[in-house]
Amino acid sequence: MKNLKFVFAIFAVSALTLQSCKKETKKDYDPSQKGKMMLHFDNRAGADDLVLNTGTYSNALGQSFNISKFNYYISNVVLLNSDGSKYTVPQNNSYFLVEESDETTADVELSDIPEGNYSGVSFVIGVDSNRNTLPVSERTGALDPTAAGQDMYWSWNSGYIFLKMEGMYDSVSTMKMFMYHIGGYGGYSSPTINNIKNVTLSFNGTNAEVRKAKTSGPEAHLYVDALKVLNGITNVDFFANPMVMFNAYSVNIANNYSSMISVNHVHND
Amino acid sequence: MFTTIKFMNKYFLFLFALLLVASCNKEAPGNEVFKGFEVPQGFPAPTYPTQTNPVTKAGFELGKKLFYDGRLSRDGTISCGSCHISFSAFTHHGHVVSHGIEDKLGTRNAPAIQNMAWMQNYFWDGGVHNLDLVPISPIQNPVEMDETVSNVVAKIGSDSNYKKLFKDAFGSDDITGIKMMQAMSQFMVMLVSANSKYDKVIAGTATFSADENEGKQIFEQKCSSCHSGVLFTDQNFRNNGLAQNSDKGRYVITLSATDEYKFKVPSLRNVGYTAPYMHDGRFFSLEEVIDHYRLGVQPSATLDTILQQNGNTGITITNDEKSKLILFLKTLSDEDFIKNPLFAEF
Repeated sequence: MKNLKFVFAIFAVSALTLQSCKKETKKDYDPSQKGKMMLHFDNRAGADDLVLNTGTYSNALGQSFNISKFNYYISNVVLLNSDGSKYTVPQNNSYFLVEESDETTADVELSDIPEGNYSGVSFVIGVDSNRNTLPVSERTGALDPTAAGQDMYWSWNSGYIFLKMEGMYDSVSTMKMFMYHIGGYGGYSSPTINNIKNVTLSFNGTNAEVRKAKTSGPEAHLYVDALKVLNGITNVDFFANPMVMFNAYSVNIANNYSSMISVNHVHND
Repeated sequence: MFTTIKFMNKYFLFLFALLLVASCNKEAPGNEVFKGFEVPQGFPAPTYPTQTNPVTKAGFELGKKLFYDGRLSRDGTISCGSCHISFSAFTHHGHVVSHGIEDKLGTRNAPAIQNMAWMQNYFWDGGVHNLDLVPISPIQNPVEMDETVSNVVAKIGSDSNYKKLFKDAFGSDDITGIKMMQAMSQFMVMLVSANSKYDKVIAGTATFSADENEGKQIFEQKCSSCHSGVLFTDQNFRNNGLAQNSDKGRYVITLSATDEYKFKVPSLRNVGYTAPYMHDGRFFSLEEVIDHYRLGVQPSATLDTILQQNGNTGITITNDEKSKLILFLKTLSDEDFIKNPLFAEF
């Protein structure tokens, strides 16, 4: 009986020690401290790096093409903490335009992030309906329809273009243009198509460790496969649909590109 | 002696007062004092948020300069005022569809710019719902001005006159596209037409002729369900039975089959000045417009139910009623508005 008590005591002590050990690891960050995190949008074409104009690619239907423009909005970023909580990037700092022609736009820096171990991220490909209807003075940075955002904005329909992909198909010598300008936030006073796509990605077991002390912060290296705009639930036929802008077919392309982004790796150094 | 001095004092005071009056007159050389944006008697509350972008004299003047500046177009030839001319209530008088850069033609008739502060949305299809976003559309349209706002900002950015105007209007000579839009809105919300004969009759300072009065009654019976209220539009989108072409109107914005061939009901204020009529300028006179409603209404899936009652399409209007209707419609002409030097280019 005494023995049993002793064993139990040891067990209790070791359990306590284990628990405190766990606490110890948790304590290596302090959520009241703020750090940075990077999302790197690496545009690809299948297995290859995307190269504008000179790269030639082939869609699922075997039609060859090149890409001269590949732009998209990323917005409403939410970081998923491994403890189950979420950190929503403040809305005013949560709109990014990634343009393949401008390397600097590939890196999205998120600052003032509470220290933590983040296991995933979610965001919108496109621009939420609220920002599509705000007064002009609140459309700053990437959303300014008179400056940075003017190439991604339908002035006649006052809505943002979420994704633009343009190029030539068949063969470059035949100069057949394709233009996919995909938008549609659901309409202001009357409902219409809604191509806003929410994406949630897991960092596949590697946490992004946000710490104040890190100067550059952890980086999630994301692959964005331009071919997936064309291939997927609907395999887009250039000959049948070379121009897709604000029309019903755009829903197919938006459904395709909702799975174009994947996590390649996360690095913490 | 004492009384003389008193008299002299009075005399000098009078002279002094005269001088004051004269100098006051000099300070305002014939122009009216800038009153800013005012809601006319009987008008509803404006939809435009004048509290977030209040109209100031400096903002209005900057907006006016931009409105009449050809540099808003790619080659410097087309200003907003090219197609929105003050003496035709800011429409492109005589032009069926908008006539833009390099003589290119658009697909729709340039609408009047008047009473913009009360509109729920803009353009024939209502695609834009905020006045501050309206100018981007003609600036970027390849057959209108074919330019980008950022290029316009670059072109006017080194102009010292503009720097001064932006500083006066917004407190900083930093020229941005957003401020440009806000200044243009300040100009456009000032384009208020509320002083037609009709308004004067309502205010009790004028009277209709017997025929105009009959025209008003016919209008109220047969037209005012759509052209309603002081703005003479219910701002809805309706298919009024025009013979169809490729322009599907509101459908382009909503992609809803029920919106095919619907266009915004236009205000009838200044309708006597704004020929040609309809979204594509197909009718050149008010007679033709009324004849359309009498005889030309085409049945289709989205034709407005008001235009198909008791198994008939269109509106029954006699020749006599037609002429009286037109007399009434012309009482909506606001000469003070179209001749206001505050708004005109020259």
